[in-house]
Amino acid sequence: MERQMNYLQALRESLMQEMRRDERVVVVGEDVRHSLRGITKGCLAEFGPLRIWDAPISESGFVGMATGAAIAGLRPVVEFQIGTLIYVCFEQIVNQAQKLRYMMGGQGRIPVTYIVPGSGARAGLAGQHSDHLYPMLMQAGVKVVIPATPADAKGLFTAAMREDDPVVIFAPAGSMSARGPVPEGDFVTPLGVGEIKVAGGDVTVVAIGPLVPEAVKVATRMQDEGVSVEVLDPRSLLPFDHGTLADSVRRTGRLVIFDDANRTCGMAAEISAFAAEELFTDLRAPIVRITRSDVPVPFSIAIDKHVLPKPEQLEAAIRHVMSFDLFHAGAALSR
Amino acid sequence: MQNSLLTSPTLAVDAYRRMRIIRRFEERVIDLVNANEIAGVTHEYIGEEAIAVGVCSALRESDVISSTHRGHGHIIAKGGDVRRMMAELFGRVTGYNRGKGGSMHIADLSLGIYGANGIVAAGVPIAAGAAWASVIRQNDGVAATFFGDGGANQGVVHETMNMAGIWKLPILFICENNQYAVTTPVQEATAGPGISTRAAAYGFPGVRVDGMRVDEVYESVSRAVARARAGEGPTLIECVAYRFQGHFTAERALSLTYRTPAEIDTWRAKDPLPHWAGVLEDAGALSADQRAAMDAEIETLLDEATQFARASDWPQREDALADMYVTNYPGLPAKGAAWNAK
Repeated sequence: MERQMNYLQALRESLMQEMRRDERVVVVGEDVRHSLRGITKGCLAEFGPLRIWDAPISESGFVGMATGAAIAGLRPVVEFQIGTLIYVCFEQIVNQAQKLRYMMGGQGRIPVTYIVPGSGARAGLAGQHSDHLYPMLMQAGVKVVIPATPADAKGLFTAAMREDDPVVIFAPAGSMSARGPVPEGDFVTPLGVGEIKVAGGDVTVVAIGPLVPEAVKVATRMQDEGVSVEVLDPRSLLPFDHGTLADSVRRTGRLVIFDDANRTCGMAAEISAFAAEELFTDLRAPIVRITRSDVPVPFSIAIDKHVLPKPEQLEAAIRHVMSFDLFHAGAALSR
Repeated sequence: MQNSLLTSPTLAVDAYRRMRIIRRFEERVIDLVNANEIAGVTHEYIGEEAIAVGVCSALRESDVISSTHRGHGHIIAKGGDVRRMMAELFGRVTGYNRGKGGSMHIADLSLGIYGANGIVAAGVPIAAGAAWASVIRQNDGVAATFFGDGGANQGVVHETMNMAGIWKLPILFICENNQYAVTTPVQEATAGPGISTRAAAYGFPGVRVDGMRVDEVYESVSRAVARARAGEGPTLIECVAYRFQGHFTAERALSLTYRTPAEIDTWRAKDPLPHWAGVLEDAGALSADQRAAMDAEIETLLDEATQFARASDWPQREDALADMYVTNYPGLPAKGAAWNAK
């Protein structure tokens, strides 16, 4: 059996291996030496204080410094203790790091990896610590990946650190304790390549990040009642694997998106728009989005289910789209 | 004076030359904006030339600077090519940024110019990042970051000064106090005894110098550079100066009254160019005739730059989507009319 490890250990292995391989990789963040989050555990002992820096609580400052250091030839990894801290330094990510290469007419490279361990909602943290804000970054053109499995955690983190552009990697709270096989040695999951987690013929479910295992469970459960659900994990949100999505929807004719970001202008909205524009004649049913509600995540666990996307909602959505079998215009036109 | 510019006549004369190029470049930019040959917003550096030249005269080519929205002077002082600068202002593909940046974004990484910047003080942590890289690689590279009296009040400047202080980064914080953040006087926007004194809070030296005097700036910066190269950390240098023009070229049309003609005249009397020309003449480093010849050469250089810009090609359709990423992927960057582009 392939070696098993958990998601957090996989992230750590990716970082340690990359720091051994490439001395330009340096880490900066809050409480990274003592590794509050666990990814950087052991870095200080192995690589010394010039490779791992505990920054004061100055996100704009150290994120901007990472940009400058990257232009100077280093490959900084910035760890955010909490995903919403990206709001604090939004200017330095989207208006500086991401834009500078374009605005400088292609001069230079800005290989910064921003890692957000424990992203998204965690029980009891309420509204200011819980957003999954990747759509905002994507709108600004920032590359974003969100691994759902330990293997992809290692593979995508490594790919992000080797990318010559800024990349944000979300490591969702709901995924951090996942266990699974992780390849030893050098291992890369390429950006922009999705993975079919469950093959099926009736409906395509695009599930993102922490919702991938939930969607797989729903697919398995519904198999028993004769509904064949295909689950696609895009893994990388920007770039996005439109090809695999299109192939899947052309086969199933139905699309449900299961996403932990907000609804308005969210990832699910973007995927829906793509399908409506490009796959109109392949669809037999309306596209359905299961997303967060556009309110802050409430503190009480009694009501968070009304805000966060849930497997029951996915199941209901699948039943809903299965109740449609609209005239397959594409098939008719091609005759 | 141990660090006087005059101890190196070559450097001293070159300082005049660069100040003169900046002055005349900017005066030409005003004309070209008024003639609608340059689009968008430009911010002239006229009156502040001694700062950029004083600072950059004390730096090596491999040292890094980050600049501001009022950046032309910094680029020229650091060795930038006026032809490629002018072409950028004209939006041409031969410009420094291939026509994608314009006046507020000119960069030349090969000269350590990490760009002018359209967001006030946003370049400060970026320059500090280059200084941080010098610490990590244990080399003696230095960075200097320019910001104004307005920029001094951005939070990120304080964040960066704090980190520069704790990590002893080899960086110079060059505050160009030109008295106004657009129309807001520095006294109304600055608490405490003044910008230079803020360095004390972060544990490194802060000095105030006459930003209209290139030798004073140079002397102070030279000391700070030596300190930074020796691993002793940052210095904040507040250069007190004045912009002779408005905040931006088109300000004239707004008939603003935040400055009196008398105030402007008082500062114009301290013009850094005639002053330095006089010092060089007195020292026998550059006679009036030599200066006139140099000025004429500069006019030729700038004529050529403008002709180069005018004659250059515009960027093409494919350039609009290029340079966003080092590594592109299918569908990236997304096109606005994807269905129409196939």
